[in-house]
Amino acid sequence: MSWFSKLMPSKIRTDALSKSTVPEGLWTKCPQCNAILYKAEVERNLEVCPKCDHHMRINARKRLHLFLDTDQRQELGEELAPMDPLKFKDSKKYKDRLVQAQKATGEKDALIAVRGRLKGQPLVVAAFDFQFMGGSMGSVVGERFVRGAACALEFKIPFVVFSASGGARMQESLLSLFQMAKTSAVLARLADAGVPFISVMTDPTMGGVSASLAMLGDINIAEPNALIGFAGPRVIEQTVREKLPEGFQRSEFLQEHGAVDLIVDRRQMRDKIAELLNLLSHGRHRFAGERGVLLKDDGTHEHAPRIAPPSAEAAEAGTVHAGIGSLEQLPPDAESAARGGTGIVQAD
Amino acid sequence: MDLKFLEFEQPIAELEAKIEELRHVGFDNQINITDEIVKLEEKSRKLTEQLFSDLSAWKISQVSRHPLRPYTLDYIEAMCEDFNELHGDRAYADDPAIVGGLARLDDQPIMVIGQQKGRDTKEKIYRNFGMPRPEGYRKALRLMKMAERFHLPIVCLIDTPGAYPGIGAEERGQSEAIARNLFEMSKLKTPILCTIIGEGGSGGALAIGVGDRLLMLEYATYSVISPEGCASILWKSAEKAELAAEAMGITSARLKELNLIDEIVPEPLGGAHRDRGKMTANLKAVLKRHLQELMSQNTELLLQRRYERLMSYGAYLEGDNA
Repeated sequence: MSWFSKLMPSKIRTDALSKSTVPEGLWTKCPQCNAILYKAEVERNLEVCPKCDHHMRINARKRLHLFLDTDQRQELGEELAPMDPLKFKDSKKYKDRLVQAQKATGEKDALIAVRGRLKGQPLVVAAFDFQFMGGSMGSVVGERFVRGAACALEFKIPFVVFSASGGARMQESLLSLFQMAKTSAVLARLADAGVPFISVMTDPTMGGVSASLAMLGDINIAEPNALIGFAGPRVIEQTVREKLPEGFQRSEFLQEHGAVDLIVDRRQMRDKIAELLNLLSHGRHRFAGERGVLLKDDGTHEHAPRIAPPSAEAAEAGTVHAGIGSLEQLPPDAESAARGGTGIVQAD
Repeated sequence: MDLKFLEFEQPIAELEAKIEELRHVGFDNQINITDEIVKLEEKSRKLTEQLFSDLSAWKISQVSRHPLRPYTLDYIEAMCEDFNELHGDRAYADDPAIVGGLARLDDQPIMVIGQQKGRDTKEKIYRNFGMPRPEGYRKALRLMKMAERFHLPIVCLIDTPGAYPGIGAEERGQSEAIARNLFEMSKLKTPILCTIIGEGGSGGALAIGVGDRLLMLEYATYSVISPEGCASILWKSAEKAELAAEAMGITSARLKELNLIDEIVPEPLGGAHRDRGKMTANLKAVLKRHLQELMSQNTELLLQRRYERLMSYGAYLEGDNA
């Protein structure tokens, strides 16, 4: 201690900047750039730091809420709840950990699957909740994922998943490991049926989730600067005994090495995915030609003859766009399609 | 310490050392000590029986990693004829931590694939301790697809601490390689018969472990993470591996109880390495029986059952119980 600090009255001595805390409620701190931010502004910005564009972690409900159209949402597999088949106990019982996680998040387990719409276009979306035991994949996560996929398969509507997970859930041991095989197998069914699957990897997507469903997208998307990989950086560092390269296992690193197609800013996520799904569905129906429903550019729809392809005239003019999947099942909400602008109907 | 014996087998090691000593004495002297040796051998056998009748999960995991335990190539050599190892993923490299190729199991041509550990230090390094990199899994998938084209059943022998956690492995897409195998194996139009012969280390094991039957050797283990890894995360100390092994239920007996594996292949007294001939014969007989069953099913039914089996994995509450 210098003579100067000794002179100062003890109350004025400040130890370290890191100790400074942010009052609860109104203000929040960006974990990346440490900027003090007005909470309402951050929320408006979809939990992206307005100063440095850092994408903060968000829970599954919020994610789904931000992504989906507000109407016509239906949760899938809500009735499923975790159990403790192994009577697992470490320093704490698995049962107690579950109760604690359920209390903290208000969710029963770490994945929520919802059937809804994106800019009027029907689809199924599932999101991991990292706050629930690190978004770990156990039996309920696997089963809800499968139910979401099954719904997508049944109605031939796209399936989108937002991953945020540390990997398999150790407390369910081999049952968790087998969820990797289970979720991958249902995705193979989707692929065979030509149902698009878009995987969005958010911070973090690791281990068993990364090494199964998350890497199997027809299109793999990552949020900026998300940690994505198989083994955790600490494990790798201990194994290879060298310093890891800068940006290792971050989204940009993965894109550079060919593992993800696109890095998409959260604020553009809705637009981007709607656009991609439109492109995918368009090609599919141009070739298949036998889809039951055609959608005109004014948002109305008509039933086409089962076998007949879209009229050559209309197709040539580029005005007919078939939506993916069974619009008979969920009548298209023309209003939200029109509002969305780039929904099923492309404004050209 | 004798390499042949694990720490918990020390009482057996001492007896065996005594027997060995007596044998040497027997050569030098006229005194007949054969009776004594027979008695001690009987005692050693009984002691082994007693020790192995009630092994903890942690001890079994040590047996599964025994330095003398037969590895994939040992089994292939002992069970199969006409083995032709096929190399490389056609994209990047050949990964010596996974071996695979065409072979004949008696009359039946098969594609056999497995992780390979090394016996001495040099070979251990060459085989990367049986920890495959992405190119290993991609080689495995290439061979499996070849098997599908030529209607050959696939036999997977699984023995790995896990997929390699390295910088290059991550750069080349370890996650994607594993995921792709799970995806493809779920719908491969040929029978797949998987056996854990030693360590079933997490995703690295599962990546060649999706199929129509899952067998385990008696003292093999299969788990979502190594006991040491689990202990260091949940107990914050790798020292608690013993507890973690117990809690995760990684042994063949426990996994059979949970209905996660189909059959346990019995091992000779004291483990596979004590009597390789017997072990090989046991394994070969069981493999042949399952292959015959699987080969008699039509492909559509086979795939439907495989899918149903995959979908059945999980334990959860539903509805009012939830």
